[in-house]
Order: sequence, then structure tokens, then C-alpha cells
Amino acid sequence: MRNIVEVRELRYVYEDGTEALKKIDFELEAGETVALLGANGSGKTTFALHLNGILRATSGSVVIDGIAMSDKTLAEIRRRVGLVFQDSDNQLFMPTVLEDVAFGPLASGKSPEEAAEKANAALTQVGMAHKAGKAPWHLSAGEKKRVAIAGILAGDPKLLVLDEPTTFLDPPGQRGLADLLESLPQAKLLITHDVPFAQRLTERGVFFEAGAIAAKDRIPAIVEKFGW
Amino acid sequence: MRHARIERWSRVASPLHRRHATAKIIAALVMLVCIATLTRQSLWCCALYLALLATAVPLSKLPPARILLSAAAVLPFALCFALVSAISGEPDRAVMLLVRGYLSSLTALLLIATTPMPELLAGFEVLRAPRFLLQVMQFLYRYLVVLMEEASAMQDAAGSRAGSIRALQLRQATGAAGVLFARSYGRAQAIHRAMVARGFDGHIPEFRTHRFLVPDALFAAVAAGLAISVRLVLP
Repeated sequence: MRNIVEVRELRYVYEDGTEALKKIDFELEAGETVALLGANGSGKTTFALHLNGILRATSGSVVIDGIAMSDKTLAEIRRRVGLVFQDSDNQLFMPTVLEDVAFGPLASGKSPEEAAEKANAALTQVGMAHKAGKAPWHLSAGEKKRVAIAGILAGDPKLLVLDEPTTFLDPPGQRGLADLLESLPQAKLLITHDVPFAQRLTERGVFFEAGAIAAKDRIPAIVEKFGW
Repeated sequence: MRHARIERWSRVASPLHRRHATAKIIAALVMLVCIATLTRQSLWCCALYLALLATAVPLSKLPPARILLSAAAVLPFALCFALVSAISGEPDRAVMLLVRGYLSSLTALLLIATTPMPELLAGFEVLRAPRFLLQVMQFLYRYLVVLMEEASAMQDAAGSRAGSIRALQLRQATGAAGVLFARSYGRAQAIHRAMVARGFDGHIPEFRTHRFLVPDALFAAVAAGLAISVRLVLP
């Protein structure tokens, strides 16, 4: 199967000289799910932000679905990579659920009618169609997460990057989210500390340590090796 | 949430809400200019403007008492200037400052309480308002909410440990204000990242395409015409 993500020797250095990512090599196949594990500050989220061009590499290359990251390809890459942020409250900024989910398609140039159609389809996919007219701040944490995912799905991405998706969710909410993610055909990158959640969705894990990849292995092996 | 009230009001269905944002902006701008020209001899004019605006409140299907009271939020600021005028021996001018302040506030409140923010910005864009200014308004609106949420969270945290936010000393309060801005900056950055990740390019696209129709033109003409006529006919 072809790679949806190909990262070669990716380095990222902050303005103060701190090296946040050290020569990262990483591949992800279309439709595959991988969990990124590691301590806080180990570079997982910094790495994920490079996949959507929010952060740009100091050196090295990022290729998404065969398209190399550059100023010219940024918009195209952002359409292919959907980022679901840890705090859904930061992600939901429009006055109603439907308008929020329709934001991505509208921003990519779709007409309001097409955007509404995409948004309704995405809301149905995540089981939130009945909340379309609600204000996002009236939803529960689990519902907000589903709406945030719908907002990404409405843009037809090929890769979903989920940063700590189980944060703020109660156990039924976590199970519901795992069911939803299992049903989605896109490739998925899970940044998580929740090992049982990660194991339910994938066997493959990547362990980050101090800005570098310390291990690529099956999750149980990583858990054992690093005492995670 | 407190900040959600005006947002909720702006989504009510009423004859005033149905009017195109551009029509309402034109009417409001004309009204504001007329109010700005009121002098201390314009008492009848003031009364008629208040009646005109008060008539618009039931048309908007919003709670009249809350709207009329909310518009008074501007009075403490106007009162400062009014006091200066009163002390310097111009009580009529002081009263007019308060009246003009209240009428302007009511006009602006009626505009934003009957027009969702994206439509309002689109309406200003139609009127060729500078794009940069509109972007500033857009972000001010979004980040003001962030600031209020962070302030509320910090108030709860301080209150839960100190018994009351009022127990904070001036020095602590100054430090807390600094933390508030740092926290708000962090959250604002996270929100901006989330927006950029979904294709934000400096412009929030309008979801509802709202065409400017004949009733909208009539509304703008009648409202602006009434405001101008009152000002021309009465002193």
C-alpha cells in the first residue's frame, strides 16, 4: 500500500535554539492507524503540527499523499490532513454546530449549499445530525469531540491526526469515540497517553523521547520497554 | 455563558432579524449621525428618537426590559464626561451627553442583537469597510470571549482559595492580570492554529447567503428617512 505520510530527517528548532524534533523519519500507509506515545514535551504534538503545515520544518522533508510540503502546496495538504485538537473548545468557534462543521468546506471554496451538504453528511457520520442547530458551547465534552471530528471529516481528509482525543471524556464517551474512529476509513495518527484506547484502535506504536523517535514497535512491546 | 446572550439574541427569528445586514447598518449609521448632531434644544427630537428605537424593540422580538437596560451600560462612561460639563456650569450639555450616549448605545445594541456577527461583518464588507478593520473586529469578537472565559476560570480558582476575589491584594491582582493575558494569549494561539488547520485564510466565509431584496431597501430607506426627517423638522 502507498504511503500517505513520508517524513525524512525532520528537524525543528525553536527561535530560542531549543531543538524540539531531531531527525525524525516516519511513514504511515493509507488507511493505517498508528499511536504516538511518549512523555509530555517529548515532541509528539510538535511533530503532528508539521503534518498540516502549522509548523514548518527547520530542515528535512514532509510529504503528504505524494505532495511535498511547500508554500504552494500548503492549502492542498491542509485539505488532506485533518487535525483534531486536544481541547475541542479551541476548535469550535462558529455560533452553531452546522456552521462550524461547514467552515472547512466553505474556506476551501465550496458554495454554501455544498458546504451544508458536506456538513450534514459529516454530522450524520458522527451521530450528531440532531444537534446541527445547537450552539457548540451547549454540548457535552463527548459531543464537542464528535462535532470537532465532523468539522474535519467535512473536508474529506485522507489523514486524521487526533491529539489526546480522550481528554475530558468519561469512559462511555471514550468507548463511543473508539467505536467512531474504528468506523472511519481514513489513516489515523493518535497522540495519546491512553494506552488501552490506543491498543483498541491499533497495534503499531511510535515512542517519542526528547524530540526523537526512541522506538517503533507493537504497543505492548513499547509499554514493556519504557515502563509506560 | 454571559457572552452568549447577544449571540443568542442575534439568532432570534423576527422581522428585524430577517432584514439584510447592510440595510440595518445603513439605518443604524444614519441614526447615529443624526444622534451625534443633537443639541441641547433637541429635546423633542430625543423623545422621538427614543420612541422610534423603542418601537423597534418589540419588532425584534427581544426582551424589551433587558434591551433597554443593557443599552444603559454605556451610561457610567458618559457620566464621567457629563459630570465634567455639569461642574463647569453646563448642566444642559451634561444631560445631552447622557441622552446621546444612551440613544447611540441603544441603536448599536439593536444592530448587533438582530444581526449574527458573520452577517454583520459581511454587511460592512458590502459597504466597502476596510478589510483589515473587519478582520480586527472578527478577532476582537472571538478573543474577547476567550478573555472573558479565562478571567472567569481564574476568578473561580482565586475565589475557591481566597474565599473571594475581593480578598486579593492590589499586587496579587496586578500579577493575576498579567497571568490572565498570558493565558489568553496561549488560548488565542491554540484557536488560531485550529482555524488555520481548517483552511482559515484571514476571512470567515458567510454560511447563509442573504440577498439584498426590495424589502431590505425599503427598510433602509424608511428607517434612515424617518431619522433624517425628525432631525430636519424639529430643532
